[in-house]
Amino acid sequence: MRRSLQYLLLTGAVLALFLSLPLHARYEQRHAGTVLKQLRDLHVTDLCLVTEARYTRHLALADRHAPFQEHPLALEHFPSGSLILPNISRGAAP
Amino acid sequence: MIELSDITKTFNTGKQNQFTAVDNVTLAIEPQQITVFKGPSGSGKTSLLSIIGCMARPTSGRIFLHGVAAALPFRNDGGETVEITSLPERFLNEIRRSTFGFIFQQFNLVRGITVLENVMLPAYPTGEGRADFRARAENLLEQFNIARLAGQRSELLSGGEMQRVAIARALINNPSIIIADEPTAHLDSKLSHEFMEIVARLKGEGKTVLIASHDPVVFDSPHIDSVVEMRDGAVVSSRSSR
Amino acid sequence: MKRALERHLNILDFTLASLLRRKAKNFSLLAVYLLVVFMLASLQFFVTALKREAAIILSDTPDLIVQRLSAGRQDLVPVGYAEEIARIRGVTQVRPRLWGYYYDALNGANYTVIASDDPMVAPSRAAVGAGVAKTRNLAVGDLVPLTSYDKTPLMVEIGSIFPHSSDLIAADMIILTPEDFKLLFNFPKGQATDLAVSVRNPKELSTVAAKIADRFPDSRPILKSEIQRTYQSIFDWRGGMTLIILASALLSFIIFAWDRATGLSAEERKEIGILKSIGWETSDVLLLKFWEGTVISLTAFLLGVVLAYGHVFFLSAPLFAQALKGWSVIYPRFQLVPVVDAYQLAVLFFLTVIPYTTATVVPCWRAATTDPDAAMRS
Repeated sequence: MRRSLQYLLLTGAVLALFLSLPLHARYEQRHAGTVLKQLRDLHVTDLCLVTEARYTRHLALADRHAPFQEHPLALEHFPSGSLILPNISRGAAP
Repeated sequence: MIELSDITKTFNTGKQNQFTAVDNVTLAIEPQQITVFKGPSGSGKTSLLSIIGCMARPTSGRIFLHGVAAALPFRNDGGETVEITSLPERFLNEIRRSTFGFIFQQFNLVRGITVLENVMLPAYPTGEGRADFRARAENLLEQFNIARLAGQRSELLSGGEMQRVAIARALINNPSIIIADEPTAHLDSKLSHEFMEIVARLKGEGKTVLIASHDPVVFDSPHIDSVVEMRDGAVVSSRSSR
Repeated sequence: MKRALERHLNILDFTLASLLRRKAKNFSLLAVYLLVVFMLASLQFFVTALKREAAIILSDTPDLIVQRLSAGRQDLVPVGYAEEIARIRGVTQVRPRLWGYYYDALNGANYTVIASDDPMVAPSRAAVGAGVAKTRNLAVGDLVPLTSYDKTPLMVEIGSIFPHSSDLIAADMIILTPEDFKLLFNFPKGQATDLAVSVRNPKELSTVAAKIADRFPDSRPILKSEIQRTYQSIFDWRGGMTLIILASALLSFIIFAWDRATGLSAEERKEIGILKSIGWETSDVLLLKFWEGTVISLTAFLLGVVLAYGHVFFLSAPLFAQALKGWSVIYPRFQLVPVVDAYQLAVLFFLTVIPYTTATVVPCWRAATTDPDAAMRS
């Protein structure tokens, strides 16, 4: 077979794969297991992404001082510390 | 027949270094014959050939192609004759592609790709089916005894082989006119004679051949029909060698 | 029509042949290109999927969380606050929450301990996340000694282990009854970690929060929307270290590609001259260059995105695991539910394929418009 057809066929195959990604995603979303009711009832505020320090596990509830509680020199923990701004609360907070 | 009337080509018009490469040339070139343009380098042979081959436009003058209308991609009211200098770029290109085949001094093969691909190269943009021109290319390679080199990369060829590939390439689109610019400059005498044999055969097949050369092997060859001698852009003499 | 198609195929044939001439160069270019697209697309998939998970989990978050601050630090909330807050108009429910952290000296992990009245836990029977079970090598029915505040062991039995599918919430959790929780930490009676407040009308949330802050000057109400906003800014793919790192990679690639694509070598220039002289038109040469750019960039884009999808959603993003893990002992398994954001993929396409192809075609413009007889004169 001529090269151009080989290329187009290959690209077509990859393109088909590419176009099937959203379909696969939708299928998976529809069939994804729901969160256990017991866990939903806990009303958690945070995802368990990184657990090295407590404020990285509970980002939403960590206060501004939290990053300094681990160690006086440990200003940040890579990479979570670099991604996360302390939660700035509204003017009502002190 | 190709008819040139008062063709002038001037480079760098209006500047200090203005010079006239082709000076008022009027000429009639007979079809299905070999015409050699003879003269020292800088005499305007190459410029004249590139004007005839629709590669460049003359500064002034007109060129008529007779008997090529059948090959034209557009409707032509002048019957079998076209005046090519006034045509728009697109048509000029079409004419060049369908009517002329070029053989260059340096052969100008593309390095890195195969001989077969080199031969087929001029046919790619025409939109012809690949199978068709591929068969034609293989046929041409066969004709020139280089079929065994079809898969070879072009930079690995010897001078004579390159020459034949270049000729095969010039013929791929079935042109009626072959233009060769100093084709023997890089060949030894044996290969130069061989080249003239091939050219003679092409004439036998009905092609019109125009050669620019100052090689005696070419202009003294028994196969040629007429010699146009040029100097300083002007035609000095034009004679039939028959 | 057929001729136009044939012309494309023919020129594409030549493009491929001419790309294959410089195999090493073009394949390495393709590989680098592929890597850049792969990394960017992986990051994109990863973050979009995490955002979706976060949105689902955060939909269960209480409308309002009330913390108490003492000397500028978070402190326990007296349960008495809850009764008073419940009297504010619009508040439907106030639940004192008990939760905290447990540091496991055995392996250096931090667990999140939560007290719950749910029947899944009973006195001396805990439910733990899969991450906890894995680091401590636990099975249902095992007895675990938890070191309590005075270093005496508190024996709990593992009543249940959450499946890996809930890792994103529960990987590091130990759930105990409130009694066990108080026993473990010597938690003072009549106090809670914070208060979860439900409000009937979401529009009244900020009013309620202002009232709480007014009545208890030492309290800090945190709105659900603030939590969501925090997560949005965390996950926003434009923000963050990873993107900055990738941006520098992308930049160096752009410089590299620009250099390669624009630097028309003498050889290429000569080749264009030859093509012109044997009857190729300017548009044919530009079509050739267009295909040259497209073959590399489109292949890299499509393959890169498909591989990234596999990497994130089938292999659970092993490359990012290293970056995200940091020094955490418990690392959740990211079985993310795939999400494809067409808009972001389109952005990626316009950032990668279009500039590269343009950078390939444009510099050839000048070379392609030279007179066809240039090759003859040289």
